[in-house]
Amino acid sequence: MERTTVRGRLTWQTAAVTSVTRETASVVTIELDPGDWSGHQAGQHLEVRLTADDGYQAEREYSIASAPGEPLTITVERVEGGEVSPYLTEELRAGDELELRGPVGGYFVWEPGDGGPLMLVAGGSGVVPLRSILRHHDRTGSDVPTRLLYSARTLPDVIYRGELDQRQDGAQVTYTLTRGQPRGWTGRTGRISRALLAEVAWPADAGPLAYICGPTSFVETAAAALVDLGYPPERVKTERFGSTGGH
Amino acid sequence: MSPASRGFRHLHRAPAGEEGRVPPGQYLTDGFPVLSAGPTPHTPLEEWTFSITQGGQTRKSWTWEEFQAQPTETVTVDIHCVTRWSKLDTQWQGVSVDTLLNQVEHDAPFVMALCDGGYTTNLPIEDITGGRAWVAFGYDGGPLESEHGGPARLLVPHLYFWKSAKWVRGLDLRDHDDPGFWETYGYHTYGDPWKEQRYAGD
Repeated sequence: MERTTVRGRLTWQTAAVTSVTRETASVVTIELDPGDWSGHQAGQHLEVRLTADDGYQAEREYSIASAPGEPLTITVERVEGGEVSPYLTEELRAGDELELRGPVGGYFVWEPGDGGPLMLVAGGSGVVPLRSILRHHDRTGSDVPTRLLYSARTLPDVIYRGELDQRQDGAQVTYTLTRGQPRGWTGRTGRISRALLAEVAWPADAGPLAYICGPTSFVETAAAALVDLGYPPERVKTERFGSTGGH
Repeated sequence: MSPASRGFRHLHRAPAGEEGRVPPGQYLTDGFPVLSAGPTPHTPLEEWTFSITQGGQTRKSWTWEEFQAQPTETVTVDIHCVTRWSKLDTQWQGVSVDTLLNQVEHDAPFVMALCDGGYTTNLPIEDITGGRAWVAFGYDGGPLESEHGGPARLLVPHLYFWKSAKWVRGLDLRDHDDPGFWETYGYHTYGDPWKEQRYAGD
């Protein structure tokens, strides 16, 4: 609780959509230009509000994908049957406007002074806030040793793959593919497990700091495994998204 | 004036007759999503206690067995998470907070709920008394699963669900309203879903 921030009221503002970039078949990254953005910490979210012609409004939270100081971006995965994400991933275009407010959330955040070694564990689109942390790590020239273990269904489902494959800051990226592998795949396969983390994660005696983000069952498994491997619970930060069908 | 989003339509409508049960900005879910900041704690029941404390003193404490021996209630309530899902007609079994606080003489206006894993949340006494709050250990006819806060969680359904602290182990009586865990990170100090008190200043 040492990083308590006293903030004023969060107010809605109109932001221009400056670009929409397709990441995978179901995921886009949206760059936004809010008139007034006080900055954010790596790992925080923002709220998006959409308004229909009849005045109906829907609001959702999305993790910020960009590092502090970069143009503000969110990455959104289409949820079948959702109300907001199909619009953001299929309909939204550069030049459109939407409303946002934030940043929100202050626990699942990382600053270089928080140290590490950093153990980032992503399930699916749970990689989004971790990508903000990775970029922040990169941009600040942090020498904190960093590993990312990223679980995706198939290689084409990996978000930010080009960027993750070409990291220059020494962060080690390991993929595990759970539903199918390309011919000749030599990387990891299968769902997150204690055995996989025992091989890939920093050993507990290195004093690591872990951030896990993904679906509930993924996070439950990964967090329990890291605690079982000796990580102190207070050094394991989690963020979960359930299959609420609402996004 | 909010800009209209071309092509955005209202898809998630509350079922007929239930519109009045869904607070503004919420949508209904049939699932039971999980949100928490860290690993799920697993306190063995033989080590579990529930305590009412004040000024560093334990005023009353129950073991799991003693707690189970308290009169229990089964309640059916609607719950509303600040992340915008609501779930209607959830059924819980637990001990009314009235039953617990009635065993301690006090005039504290606030409590801090204290939990395994270090989670805390602040509540006014009047919001957890008068039949409005429970310490629940059963859900939908079975024991409350650990990922949903078991062995026991607070249940304060008229406030956003982060106030229904998971893995609760005690209530600390306070003479003033200190912010708890999420409240320190910018969430609203009270959290009334019908007033959309999500973040500080809402």
